[in-house]
Amino acid sequence: METVTATLPALKTVTIDGIAVPIEGERNLLELIRKADIDLPTFCYHSDLSVYGACRLCIVDIAGRGIQGACSTPPEPGMTVRTQTDELRRIRQISIELLLANHDQQCPTCPKSTSCQLQDVARRLGVSQVRFKSVHSPRELDRSSPSLLRDPNKCILCGDCVRFCSEIQGIGAIDFAYRGHDVAVLPAFGHDLAAGECVNCGQCAAVCPTGALTPRPEVDEVWRALHDPKKTVVAQIAPAVRVALGEEFGLPAGTSASGQIVAALKRLGFSAVYDTAFSADLTVIEEANEFLRRKATGGRLPLFTSCCPAWVKFAEQHFPELLPNLSTCKSPQQMLGAVIKDTLPAARGIAPADVVVVSIMPCTAKKFEAKRPEFAKDGRAEVDHVLTTQELARMISEAGLRFSKLKPESYDMPLGFKTGAGVIFGNSGGVSEAVLRYAAEVITGTKVASPDFHAVRGEDGVRLATVTLGDTTLKLAVVHGLKNARALADKARSGECDLDLIEVMACPGGCIGGAGQPVSHDPEARRKRTRGLYDADKNLDLHSSQENPFVTECYAKHLGEIGGKRAHELLHTHYGNRRRIGDETIRLGEGPSEAKLNVRVCVGTNCFLKGSQAVLQGLLREVDENDLHDSVAISASFCFEKCERGPTVELDGKRIQRCQPEQAIAALREQLAAGKAPQP
Amino acid sequence: MRTPGRPASNGRKFEKVVTILERNGRRPARLIPILQAVQEEYRYLPQEVLTYVATALDVSPARVFGVATFYAHFAIQPKGKHLVRLCDGTACHVKDSLPILDAVRKRLGLEGKRQTTPDMLFTVETVACLGACGLAPVMVIDDQVHGQVTPETAVRLVEEVIAKEGQS
Ligand code: SF4
Ligand code: SF4
Ligand code: FES
Ligand code: FES
Repeated sequence: METVTATLPALKTVTIDGIAVPIEGERNLLELIRKADIDLPTFCYHSDLSVYGACRLCIVDIAGRGIQGACSTPPEPGMTVRTQTDELRRIRQISIELLLANHDQQCPTCPKSTSCQLQDVARRLGVSQVRFKSVHSPRELDRSSPSLLRDPNKCILCGDCVRFCSEIQGIGAIDFAYRGHDVAVLPAFGHDLAAGECVNCGQCAAVCPTGALTPRPEVDEVWRALHDPKKTVVAQIAPAVRVALGEEFGLPAGTSASGQIVAALKRLGFSAVYDTAFSADLTVIEEANEFLRRKATGGRLPLFTSCCPAWVKFAEQHFPELLPNLSTCKSPQQMLGAVIKDTLPAARGIAPADVVVVSIMPCTAKKFEAKRPEFAKDGRAEVDHVLTTQELARMISEAGLRFSKLKPESYDMPLGFKTGAGVIFGNSGGVSEAVLRYAAEVITGTKVASPDFHAVRGEDGVRLATVTLGDTTLKLAVVHGLKNARALADKARSGECDLDLIEVMACPGGCIGGAGQPVSHDPEARRKRTRGLYDADKNLDLHSSQENPFVTECYAKHLGEIGGKRAHELLHTHYGNRRRIGDETIRLGEGPSEAKLNVRVCVGTNCFLKGSQAVLQGLLREVDENDLHDSVAISASFCFEKCERGPTVELDGKRIQRCQPEQAIAALREQLAAGKAPQP
Repeated sequence: MRTPGRPASNGRKFEKVVTILERNGRRPARLIPILQAVQEEYRYLPQEVLTYVATALDVSPARVFGVATFYAHFAIQPKGKHLVRLCDGTACHVKDSLPILDAVRKRLGLEGKRQTTPDMLFTVETVACLGACGLAPVMVIDDQVHGQVTPETAVRLVEEVIAKEGQS
């Protein structure tokens, strides 16, 4: 017999605090240290984001090299690393003390209290005093956003928010500004957050270690409604909430706690509790029909989903020509709000003005969505208040309810009944799968054997799937993160995209990773919540929206035909171009402009890309060559919200769309010839 | 034809911005040199122009604002017609440059963090070192260097400029 001597490749290791830890593709020492189950505290390291190296908490002592930041040092075989020495401890403590000296230290009243990492790290590192004089000078709070509260007094400049917004969402609505003692994280030009291109996803708040960025609370308003005897207050609960709320009360992530949540809401004084998964079933039916109709009649494809309000605002700002590709379906939150407001007053014999709809959402952008003017009828919003999962947990604590002791209760019928298809909406890929479950039955004419479409499940930010149903092949993409969405939308805009359906969710993993969800220290939390929703689907009797008997009844009683007139009134909406930059104008002439012929050229992003700079230059030249400075005032504006037909030019108040330079000059001459402009 | 003597119009400045952007290939990596060139045109970085630069480079306006406020040589506020710079480098500092600054600011009625007079005639700044330490303390008015100034001479120099402005 032959002897085989196999030489094992020498294991490449780093010695961390005396223990050899193998290098297995870790990008930096910090990853390796954490793999060795040493939870070195940090503020500025995030595995999904680029390395910033600012907080200096991750410092370690490397033999022969001295003190280095672990997050920015790649592991090398043979390194000997110590994470705890007297010196390291002292430096870390000083870092924290410096942060605290520049912090407002209003901890007991901070919305982040108890989940604040600054507090946590200060305690863990044994910081018992701040030896530096406070250098904190108060700055004003930014309350402009319907979704977020920005408190610059609590910012520790870790930059996590900045990097999330630009690297994952591809937006960059906030960034570092100024220098030295004045450094701050600010929206463009120090304006309000709501004035710019922020899409309210809240992911900046989700990564913020302190109370500098937090979901904007509506708890007070909801208490007030609950305590008002005239009001009938009802709740709807989004799918993702049920597998996360328990985390705030010590349950493991992913535990479905629907029964306790309903019980808690009833104890808080809600008169009925409905399930947003019911209207997710409605969404599936409406959206799948819209999709199949477009597919069959050669309509605009790919169809983009429209249930994520952060994505919708993003598309309105950046992809005006793709708005016809967005499903006209309202999101489940708005569908349910509309149905409740339409049916409850008659059913209960109460005045429409006395019905208050509160939705419990994993999401901060839903707060913005509920306030969109499209979603109000006769001045009454379809959804009056939106509470995040975190806020509901706070209300439950405030009321002193022992969550785990609550006896589970069930949702109110009929709007509390759902199928598994509605429940998986909370996962990235869930909407696609729910639509496929419906489409499969319509296309093949038979009930599918297994409702699971694993092709659209998974964690990657972009997932492509081809699904064959009968003799129809459907090409789908599922994305989360708006930077990923932008890449696909760019392709769709330039016509290089042969996809049929694109599902977009702004948040990592879909709604289960929403910014309103509990702050979790479990890196597996997101995965567990995802699993929790798929398990909840399994545990239900029905898995396809078309099987929901109460949805069928709702069509029969209230909505009429699928995609019909009444359904459109209640369940569909429209979108509009939206400027991403506050109202700004570049004045390009001198002197007062009242007496002149005013010409405004749009140089917003979309018009710019369509060549508005050439239009502007043409007009300026015309004015210059003919010395029209005294009779014509030219200015450049950022977006007239008519982007899909840009470049837009406004001449004496009249809009010219798709305006080319020659056309603009001709119009100017004509106007001047007509003598409408006062001559100097 | 263009009337002679007309001041360079905003339109022409804007044309310059366009040229600057084209010359730099509208590359985001060229943001800093672009802003430098724009500031030469406008003497500061107007917000609308920054927005235009952001649009043309496809960089977020917040990032452009960040860069414009990070570097000391960029100004996001318009500067006055006359620029008064006082050296506060080590040499000038030990020769009591701060009282000079106070005197000039007081004469011009500048309070708090304000650097520019409301009539846009003067901007008063301090600079790190003008490299003329032999003449300390040094003050520069519109590129004219004055050495060994005292609070009194400094105020007089400023008043001379005011007087000249009054004549024209
Ligand atoms: S909410 Fe989203 S879009 Fe707005 S600043 Fe935060 S991360 Fe950016
Ligand atoms: S707002 Fe929060 S995440 Fe952003 S830099 Fe400040 S502390 Fe860090
Ligand atoms: S984690 Fe390394 S510097 Fe912050
Ligand atoms: S960019 Fe919106 S109308 Fe021009």
